[in-house]
Amino acid sequence: MARAGRVENTAATQLPKAPTGVGGLDEITGGGLPRGRPTLVCGSAGCGKTLLAMEFLVRGAMQFGEPGVFMAFEETSEELGQNVRSLGFDLEELARANKLLVDHVHIERSEIEETGEYDLEGLFIRLGHAIDSIGAKRVALDTLETLFGGLDNAAVLRSELRRLFRWLKDREVTAVITAERGDGTLTRQGLEEYVSDCVIVLDHRVVDQLSTRRLRIVKYRGTTHGTNEYPFLIDEQGISVLPITSAGLKHEASRERISTGVERLDAMLGGEGVYRGSSVLVSGTAGTGKTSLASHFADAACRRGERCLYLAYEESQHQLARNMRSIGLDLTPWIERGLLHFHASRPTAHGLEVHLASIHKLVNELDPQVVIVDPITSFTGAGSPAEAEAMLMRLIDFLKGRGITAMLTSLTHGDDPREHSQVGISSLIDTWILLRDIELGGERNRGLYVLKSRGMAHSNQIREFLLTAQGVELRDVYIGPEGVLTGSMRVAQEARERAAAVGRRQEIERRQREVERKREALESQVAAMRAQFQAEEQELLTMIDAERSADAEVLQQRAEMARSRHADEGTGAPRAAGARTRGKAGAKGDHP
Amino acid sequence: MKEGQDEPKTLAEIAATEQANSDVWDLRLYVAGRTPKSVAAFENLQRLCEEHLAGKYRIEVVDLMVHPQLARGDQIVAIPTLVRKLPEPIRKVIGDLSNVERTLVGLQLRPAKP
Repeated sequence: MARAGRVENTAATQLPKAPTGVGGLDEITGGGLPRGRPTLVCGSAGCGKTLLAMEFLVRGAMQFGEPGVFMAFEETSEELGQNVRSLGFDLEELARANKLLVDHVHIERSEIEETGEYDLEGLFIRLGHAIDSIGAKRVALDTLETLFGGLDNAAVLRSELRRLFRWLKDREVTAVITAERGDGTLTRQGLEEYVSDCVIVLDHRVVDQLSTRRLRIVKYRGTTHGTNEYPFLIDEQGISVLPITSAGLKHEASRERISTGVERLDAMLGGEGVYRGSSVLVSGTAGTGKTSLASHFADAACRRGERCLYLAYEESQHQLARNMRSIGLDLTPWIERGLLHFHASRPTAHGLEVHLASIHKLVNELDPQVVIVDPITSFTGAGSPAEAEAMLMRLIDFLKGRGITAMLTSLTHGDDPREHSQVGISSLIDTWILLRDIELGGERNRGLYVLKSRGMAHSNQIREFLLTAQGVELRDVYIGPEGVLTGSMRVAQEARERAAAVGRRQEIERRQREVERKREALESQVAAMRAQFQAEEQELLTMIDAERSADAEVLQQRAEMARSRHADEGTGAPRAAGARTRGKAGAKGDHP
Repeated sequence: MKEGQDEPKTLAEIAATEQANSDVWDLRLYVAGRTPKSVAAFENLQRLCEEHLAGKYRIEVVDLMVHPQLARGDQIVAIPTLVRKLPEPIRKVIGDLSNVERTLVGLQLRPAKP
């Protein structure tokens, strides 16, 4: 009771509870099963009722110091011992230590005849004796309804079972009673009528040849409890229930940034890469380089000396290591140094819950800083899309809760990868990198862009994603009037651009030359005109001179003639003077 | 033999009698205290034995209130339960044995009606 008090110290008004020790069950029941009361566990054959009952007792005995009595109506104690030995439960040793007592109740129908009145006092005495002999605090009855197959008088059985549940309460033992699922009812014999405190239904469904176990608390009087169907699984550690909401949204948000392993991508993500503890989704169609990007991420983590868990669901470790060597990425040293741990398995090898559990286990064992799941889409092959989504949500939640940076790749189909991506998990994703095919000019190239990245200023540009012998490289893409060009189209376009630039330069030169030529032509024309003018001027001047000299000649000849005629100087002189004046005026007019 | 209810028996004695007389019917009646049902069962059993097995039967009454640990051995669930230990195979008749016909069938003293 002191223990129950501790468990319930946050809710003193609630019922005292007996912790089951079953992983996850105590979380959804808020501390365990109702202490000192019977709990009904019902489900169809093979759904894990017996194991749940047994684990409740074994864990009670081993972890909580509460001895238990297991009353088995179906299996002998030897069979039970064998069944749970694989889970690490040694019933014989517990029995020797008086911590557990298995009583096999067997009713052989063929050797029994009923006559007259009877009751089940024998069963009460046996159970009471078993409880007393080891001071049991816990009791499991598996499966009580077998009595209905062994005894005829159902009326007696019913009243006796009612009495049994009352009796168990009076004995203040925490009891687990298992029952077969009935047709349309919780139990075949309507035991749920008698057990009103806590009813748990187990279910084992096979969908697409893959089985999933589920647990649901139908009723838990006097306490709040999770009402969902919780998947659970049975492995070497027994039962573990996986409550989806157990992680909650309480994870610490780290401000530390880590590199994605691709320098240019870091630059796109605000220059520093992704936040530690965030979830990165890389989605793209087949062959867009998701695994290569993931490998870079793993490589970067190992370079920082961190442990990385690589969950490969498509390729084996060796195949992946070989393929990555072709892009200049050698992962083998990291594997050898134990920093990189590969876990390759076929997605269809197990149901989703087993996958999730094995991831939980690996993470607990390795305590990695980085987990890569490549690809998450393969899980849809191991369950319905809705289930796969729920599982991924739990996985991401779990990794976030542990502060692990996760990179998940997602294989998409069709032209627009967004349409087919895991819409349900996208809300949990912090950074979403989209890889896409760009098909142009008869070739296929890869494009990369950051769809979203919470809490950082990220680039909105498409980059061409190249897989070179030196690893992943990102290049600017040509964005022109014809859209995004990549690959040889980009190269051709760049060449075209260069040619056009050269052409333009040449045109300018040509124009310049033309101007030059025109100026030269003009100048030469001007020169020619001047030359012509000079020539004409010369001619005119010559003519003027000639006329002038001719004029002078005439005067002189006249003077000569006069002299020779000895003409009157007086009469002749004025005429000569008048002629000269006239000549001068004429010369003036011709020669401005 | 008739008053076997209160007569203490040792295992050696039982074994000796069994060896001496293999025809003897070894019957064990499990009860839980002196309830009306157990008293009725014992009385019905005695009457039946006198009638059908006179001289070759032995009745041992086990009170589980006193010896609860004995319930496991014979797989006792219902009370009262009559166990035919001998002759083999083991047969069990549960109830107060008020129905003589069914008790005889249960003890294989009479074939079951078709």
